[in-house]
Amino acid sequence: MTAIGWAQIILYCAIVIAITPVLGAYMTRVFNGERTWLSPIMRPVEIAIYKIAGVDERQEQHALIYTVGMLLFHVGGLLILYVLMRVQYYLPFNPEGQTAVEQGLSFNTAMSFITNTNWQNYAGENTMSYLVQMLGLTHQNYLSAATGIALALALIRGFARHSVRTVGNFWVDMTRITLYVLIPLCVVIALFYVWQGMPQTLGPYVDATTLEGIKQHIALGPVASQEAIKMLGTNGGGFFNANSAHPFENPTALANFVQIITIFALGAALTNVFGRMVGNQRQGWAVFAVMGVLFLAGVITCYAAEAHGNDLLNALGLTGGNMEGKETRFGIVGSALFTVVTTAASCGAVNAMLDSLTAIGGMVPLINIQLGEIIVGGVGSGMYGMLLFVIISIFVAGLMVGRTPEYVGKKIEAKEVKMAMLAILVLPLMYLGWTAVAMMVPSAVSAMGNPGPHGFTEVLYAYVSQDGNNGSAFAGLSANTMFYNLSGAIAMGVGRFWMIIPTMAIAGSLAAKKLVPASAGTFPTDRALFVGLVVGVIVIVGGLTFFPALALGPIVEQLAIHAGTVFASN
Amino acid sequence: MLREIRPAIVVLVALTLITGLAYPLAMTGIAQVIFPYQANGSMIERDGKVVGSALIGQEFDSDKYFHGRPSATTAPDPKDPTKTIAAPYNADNSGGSNLGPSNKALIDRVKDDMAKLQKENPSMPVPADLVTTSASGLDPEISPEAALFQVPRIAKARNLPEDRIRKLVDDNTEGRWLGLLGEPRVNVLLLNLALDRLTAG
Repeated sequence: MTAIGWAQIILYCAIVIAITPVLGAYMTRVFNGERTWLSPIMRPVEIAIYKIAGVDERQEQHALIYTVGMLLFHVGGLLILYVLMRVQYYLPFNPEGQTAVEQGLSFNTAMSFITNTNWQNYAGENTMSYLVQMLGLTHQNYLSAATGIALALALIRGFARHSVRTVGNFWVDMTRITLYVLIPLCVVIALFYVWQGMPQTLGPYVDATTLEGIKQHIALGPVASQEAIKMLGTNGGGFFNANSAHPFENPTALANFVQIITIFALGAALTNVFGRMVGNQRQGWAVFAVMGVLFLAGVITCYAAEAHGNDLLNALGLTGGNMEGKETRFGIVGSALFTVVTTAASCGAVNAMLDSLTAIGGMVPLINIQLGEIIVGGVGSGMYGMLLFVIISIFVAGLMVGRTPEYVGKKIEAKEVKMAMLAILVLPLMYLGWTAVAMMVPSAVSAMGNPGPHGFTEVLYAYVSQDGNNGSAFAGLSANTMFYNLSGAIAMGVGRFWMIIPTMAIAGSLAAKKLVPASAGTFPTDRALFVGLVVGVIVIVGGLTFFPALALGPIVEQLAIHAGTVFASN
Repeated sequence: MLREIRPAIVVLVALTLITGLAYPLAMTGIAQVIFPYQANGSMIERDGKVVGSALIGQEFDSDKYFHGRPSATTAPDPKDPTKTIAAPYNADNSGGSNLGPSNKALIDRVKDDMAKLQKENPSMPVPADLVTTSASGLDPEISPEAALFQVPRIAKARNLPEDRIRKLVDDNTEGRWLGLLGEPRVNVLLLNLALDRLTAG
C-alpha cells in the first residue's frame, strides 16, 4: 500500500460525496415533473411518447398497476433481445458475420440484461453483431437502469407521501428518467471516453501486421456509447470479453477513474433524492453513511490483500503485489478500488480478473454482493435494498424498547417487516440452493476452472453474482452450458423480481399510511447511533447467512496458502 | 391491467429506438468527426501499413524488441473447434488466465518464467508484471522497471550502447495522470517503433 494509492481512494470518496447533492437536486426536480434546462429539447419528445402511448402524465398508478406495467415492459424487452440474438445473422450492422446465438445462451443473456445483471457466458467480440450490441444490449442497459430507478422512486414516494393510494406513473417515470437523466449524462460521458481512446465505429475489425510480421485481427465497434451507460446504469456487461480490463473499454487511468465515479453516481444521488423527498436531507445522508462505512471496510481489506500479494509467489521472490490478472495502467490500487466499487454497486464490470485475486481480495467482492448490493448498490435496486434493511433495523430497535417502530414519519408494522424479510431471505436461498445443486451435478463440477477450494468459490460466486444481479464473474468457470445457462437465468429472474414485488407491496402500503408526528419517544434516524445500528444488522444478517459458505471457499483457501499448500488439477 | 398493454408496447418501442439506435448512431457520427483517430481504434501506421493499435498489446518474440507481458488469450483449435489453444494477444478474444492464487499451474508457470528471465538478466530482480498475465491479455504496456530489465538483451541484439536504450525507455515512460492516477508505464509498441527509428537513424 502506498501514499499515492490512498490519495486516489480519498479523492474518489471526496468526488462521490461532492456530486451526490448536485445530482440529487437535479434528479428530484426531474422526478417531480418540474422544468429543467433540458426541457426545451426533451419535453416535445416526452409529450409525443405519451400521446402515442395513450398515457395521461397526471394520472398516477396504484403500486400494483405500477408493478404490472413494469413486468409487461420486461416481458417485451426479453422477447426483443432474445429474437435479435437468434436472427442477428440476417440483420444489418454485422460486418464480422456473427451467426445465431445458441438458445440456452440467448435465454441466459436476455434474462441477464433485462434484470440489470449483465452476466455474460460469451465473449462479445466474437459472438454479438454491432446491431445486437446497440439495439439489444445498449438499449437494455438503459431500460434496466431506468427500471431500477423507477422502482426506488416508487418506494421513496411510499415513505414521502401519506394517506394516498398511488406511487407514481411507471410510464412517465421511465420516460423521464431515460430522457432527462440517463441520455444527457451518457452523451457527455461517451464523448469523453472516445477522447480517451475508446472506439466508436461501425466499421469492420482491422487486420494489422505487427513489426514481427504476425497478423492481428483487432476487434472494434460502437464501444464508447455502450460503455457510458454500462457504468452509469450499473449494468456492467462488457462489449468485449475482458470487460473494462480491455484497453478499448478502459483505455487510461483517467477513464478508469471516471468509470468508477459513474458507477456510484446515480446510486449515491438517490440517497439524497430520498432525503429531499421525505423533507430532511439528513435522512439521506444517514443512509449514505451506512453505505460509506461498509464500502471503506471493503476497500481497505481488498487493497491491503492485493498489495500484500500472493504468499506463494512472494516466496519465489516476486514483489510489488498481486499483478496476475491486472492491467499495468491501473496497477494494484486502481484494480482493487474498481473491484470493490463494481460489486458494492450492482455493476459487475471488472478491470481485473477476479478469479486471480488473492483469496481474501476475492472474498471482498463476494461479500459485497452477498450483503445484497446495498452499498450504494445498483441504480435504484441498491436504494430499495438498503431501505429493506432499514425497515428490519427499525423493527429490531422497536423490539428492544417495546414500541411500534417508525421511520420518517411512517409506522412500520407487521406487513412491511414480513415483506422486507421475504425480499432479504430469497437471495441466500437462491444462491446457496443452486450452489448446493451444482455441487451434485458432475458436469457442473467439472466446469470449474481451478482445483481445490477456489473451484468451489467460482461456482458460489457465479450464483451469488447472478442472483444479486451483479454480473461479475470468477471467469475460470466454463459456465456456457445448458445447466449453468438455465439455472443462472432462474437465479437472475428470481433475484430481481422476488425482491421487486415485495418492495412494491411495501411502497403501496406505506403510501396509504397516515403521517405520525415525531415525538420524544421517536428513535432519531438521522444520527450516528442509527447508522451504527443498521450497519450492525446488515453484518449480522449477512454473516449468519453466508459465513459457512465462505468458510468452504476463500477462507480455507487463504489458510491453505498460508500453510504453503497448492492445488493441482487432475 | 389490459389498459397497460398499449403504453407498454409504445414506450418500449420508442425508448428502444431512442437508446438503441438514435443514441449510438449519433455518438458514432459525432465521434467520427471530432475524434476520428480514437474512434477508429488508435491505429498506428508505418510505411502506409497498419502495424497495430496503440492501445492493443501485441506479441513480440525477437530479442531485438521489447516484450510485453505474458498473455493468456486463446483461439479455437483449428483441428477441433470445441477445444481452444494458446494464442497470445488474440485481439478477437480478450481474457485473462483466470488461474486462482492457490493453483499449482500458476505457481509453476511463474517459477519457470522467473528462472528464464533471471538467466537473461541476473543483475536485476524480475519485475512482477513480466511474469504475470494481464487481465485482458492485450495489455499494451509494461512498467518502466520491466522495460529497463530488458535493456541489456536488446543492446546486445542491436549492438547499441545500453545508455541510449535506457534513455529511450525514459523518453517513452508515461507518468501518472496529474501525478496521481494510474501507474507509470511504457507502451511496448510505441517503444519498439522508436527503437527501430533509433537504429535506422
